[in-house]
Amino acid sequence: MLTVRHLTKSYRSAQEQVAVLRGVDLDIDAGESVALTGESGSGKSTLLHLIAGLDDVDGGEIRLDDTVVTGLPDAARAALRRDRLGLVFQQFNLIPSLTVGDNLAFQARVAGKHDATWQRELTERLGLGALLKRYPEQLSGGQQQRVAIGRALASKPLLLLADEPTGNLDEDTADEVLRLARDLVASTGCGFLMVTHSQRLAAMLDRHVHLRAGLIA
Amino acid sequence: MRRALWVLAVLLSHWRRHPMQFATLLIGLIAATALWSGVQALNQQARTSYDRAAAAFGGARTAMLVANDGGAFPQSLFVDLRRGGWPVSPVVEGRVQIGGRSVRLLGIEPVTLPAEASSSAELSKTGAQAFLSPPGLALIAPETLADLGLKAGTAPVLNDGATLPPLAVQPQLAPGVLVVDIGMAQKLLAMPDQVSRLLIGKAKGPQASLQSVTGDRLRQVQPDAETDLERLTDSFHLNLTAFGLLSFFVGLFIVNSAIGLGFEQRLPMLRTLRACGVSARQLNAVLIVELVSIALLAGIIGLVCGYFIAASLLPNVAASLRGLYGAQIPGQLTLKPEWWLAGLAISVIGALLAATSSLLKAVRLPLLASAQPYAWQQAQQRWLTLQGIAAALVFIAAGLVLWLGDSLIAGFVVLAALLLGAALALPVILGIVLAAGERSTRRPLLTWFWADSRLQLSGLSLALMALLLALAVNVGVGTMVESFSRTFTGWLDGRLASEIYLNAASETQATEIKAWLGTRPDVQAVLPGARTDVQFKTMPIELLGFADHATYRDQWPLLETTRDAWDRVRSGDGALVSEQLSRRMNVKIGDHVDIPTPTGTWPLQVVAIYADYGNPRGQFGVNVDALVKYFPDIARTRMGVRAAPAAVPALLDAIRARFGLDGRNLADQTTVKTESLAIFNRTFAVTAALNAFTLGVAGVALLTSLLTLSNSRLPQLAPLWAIGLTRRRLAVVELMKTLSVALITALLALPLGLLVAWCLIAIVNVKAFGWRLPFHVFPMQLVQLLGVAMLASLLAALLPILRLLRMQPAELVKVFANER
Repeated sequence: MLTVRHLTKSYRSAQEQVAVLRGVDLDIDAGESVALTGESGSGKSTLLHLIAGLDDVDGGEIRLDDTVVTGLPDAARAALRRDRLGLVFQQFNLIPSLTVGDNLAFQARVAGKHDATWQRELTERLGLGALLKRYPEQLSGGQQQRVAIGRALASKPLLLLADEPTGNLDEDTADEVLRLARDLVASTGCGFLMVTHSQRLAAMLDRHVHLRAGLIA
Repeated sequence: MRRALWVLAVLLSHWRRHPMQFATLLIGLIAATALWSGVQALNQQARTSYDRAAAAFGGARTAMLVANDGGAFPQSLFVDLRRGGWPVSPVVEGRVQIGGRSVRLLGIEPVTLPAEASSSAELSKTGAQAFLSPPGLALIAPETLADLGLKAGTAPVLNDGATLPPLAVQPQLAPGVLVVDIGMAQKLLAMPDQVSRLLIGKAKGPQASLQSVTGDRLRQVQPDAETDLERLTDSFHLNLTAFGLLSFFVGLFIVNSAIGLGFEQRLPMLRTLRACGVSARQLNAVLIVELVSIALLAGIIGLVCGYFIAASLLPNVAASLRGLYGAQIPGQLTLKPEWWLAGLAISVIGALLAATSSLLKAVRLPLLASAQPYAWQQAQQRWLTLQGIAAALVFIAAGLVLWLGDSLIAGFVVLAALLLGAALALPVILGIVLAAGERSTRRPLLTWFWADSRLQLSGLSLALMALLLALAVNVGVGTMVESFSRTFTGWLDGRLASEIYLNAASETQATEIKAWLGTRPDVQAVLPGARTDVQFKTMPIELLGFADHATYRDQWPLLETTRDAWDRVRSGDGALVSEQLSRRMNVKIGDHVDIPTPTGTWPLQVVAIYADYGNPRGQFGVNVDALVKYFPDIARTRMGVRAAPAAVPALLDAIRARFGLDGRNLADQTTVKTESLAIFNRTFAVTAALNAFTLGVAGVALLTSLLTLSNSRLPQLAPLWAIGLTRRRLAVVELMKTLSVALITALLALPLGLLVAWCLIAIVNVKAFGWRLPFHVFPMQLVQLLGVAMLASLLAALLPILRLLRMQPAELVKVFANER
């Protein structure tokens, strides 16, 4: 489903050109969950952002099913994120002015894929039923991240990308949130790529890949 | 489309959660649109009236033939010209009195009236037949009908006992005019077989030359694109427009502040939307749609407010225009559809203008930059240096325009550049003052006080700029009006030296009055006067004749004079020139001028320049006997009477009783002065009202900025509260900070305002009206304005401070908790 080949990316710092990714190869199948670990600055988040089409690659290819992501114009990449990807960030990135219910439904509505039954099931499984009328600022960190996961999965994406989704949560809450995410991913059959620092959490997923010096170790 | 609507709904949800911010945005746009459209409504109303006056039966919009000497001419010339192939139509014009009110009477000949005289179409609707057949019709504008307290269909009786035909209302007609058949007009005006002018229609065939038909008795006057009235009142309308623009920009400061803050608060939301798959193009398009929708909503409300502002100011504007220029403006506001459309357009353009920087940021929004909620404020700091440089450049530009420019527009450009430069320089100056304050103290709380004031500066600077501009304009206009008031009062004392002014009905009566006054022991002197209109070079001017008397020698308001000026005037070869004519035609003391008269050219030397405030026409002051010699037909009916003030009421009663003169041709000094001062006060009532509006808008700008800032102040205040400062003490410190920056701004506004006053007095007034006033500073007025500014700042600061005082500790604790 996701195929990454010879992916390279570098940034220009004040003094020099820093190569972050030096030729990454990665494959993720439908229904597979993969943890991506690595030292700080090893390029984990960069790889995730490139797969999501949030940044431009220097070289190599990213293919999602039959679509070559690399080289797509901005509007097409936006459409790809909208219709086929789900994104979860460490900072939750909920829309503060929308209620929990509207946040959950937002991406599915924008994608024209809103399914009320699936929405209800998601709400129930994420334990958000009593919080639908609340605003993000009235939720705890764990609750906010559950809303973010729900929003990402509401449009039934092909691939869920999560960038340290538990980085702001305590250990118990992090375990709970990840278990929920993993179960929901399994029930939708989508792929799941999670960036994390935690070896413990990485062990909870199907496969674990480690990024070192810009390459998959 | 559905997708775009969802995105729009998300963007709008921000305002639902931040109603105060939304209110700020609306208030700014409404204020900007209302004040701008209000002023435009006033200008449009006045211009429509000028057009009606110009278009009515051969005003300045129609080509015409007039007598070379400016008077009436025999009707036989009309017949000769028609025979010569000229498509002319006769008009006779004069004034009649109805119930003590003077009305312009126009006599027309509907059969030959050219179609170009626009009201002729209306006439055909009314019915040329009814107009021509006895008893005929007198066409009248609805406003004039209401002014005279008459009803359509009635046949009013004139003061001299003659009866007009029944009145028929014609909405297109200019106010203050009555139109009747020419035969009737000639009878009413005692001008048998006389014509005032001939309107020229479109020629259909060959025509004889004008010279061959009329000799040198008539000359052709081409239609004007702009009437005299429009030219005269241009400066008045320009002043109004300048105020409208200033208020508009002060309003936009609020809009810019609200949009800037709203945008920064929505940055994370915009990034999330992009991450969720909303393309940059769609996001930007929806942002613009959102802004335009808000602008249209605010524009509609602003237009309604603008209508009411205009309606409330119209009576004063109409009175000012009537008093200053004799322009008749109806007291009821009628607006064209263009006004509504232009108002909405200005609201949208203003909103887009104020949001430009935010929209550009949205276009360039990097998807991966981490959210920085207050990056806007930090970025402002970086702009300070650039702002300082821009301010310096604007000041240099102002200096250059002042040096090189020589027009009213240049005057306004200097003013605008001065205000813009000062506004740009304000945050830089405040930054320097606050940094100096910070360096001057070692006490921790005081250090924080200064440092935090600097931090707040970026968020408050736009509101403070608005306050600076509003205050400076208030000081400037206040100083000008006060200077004018003081000068005008002194000038009136000089110009209206005689205790009684009268205008006899005829020369015979004038002689009788003079003889009778000579027998009265309470009369000290009788000063005959006369005036006439002449063409001087390209300009119609007035010749004012006065007697050689100590009254004039001692009190006439001379600005510059030669030693023997009055002797030269008495001898008939010296003339005084009014300041505006001197400036307009560049006539200086010592210059020789030739005045065309019916008896030949009158050579005069300019011996003095005098102040003639409020008179739009240029004037030469000459000896009355010499004037009568050169203009033998001039009416010698005017005179001033010197008498002891205590004797004036009895003398007035006696004149009224003996000669039947009434209020229209007999006036005492006190009444004339009171009326003149009333006109003066009405003229500046509009300015004062717009001034107050602008200051009010600036107060709202400060309030809204403080309110929106107060939401982001918690992270700065919570640590101080945590280390032991009570909320009460924090509130007092917050209040002091706001008042400190407001005080510094107000203190800077005072010298800036005086500079504005100087520009108004030395540049704008000179170009607009042709006179220059002496410049005075009024310290008490400055102290008063300073007080008003501080009061406005206190009121603006009070609401956020009360919120802080009532804040629950839980709110402050949230700053330190992850939940926030």
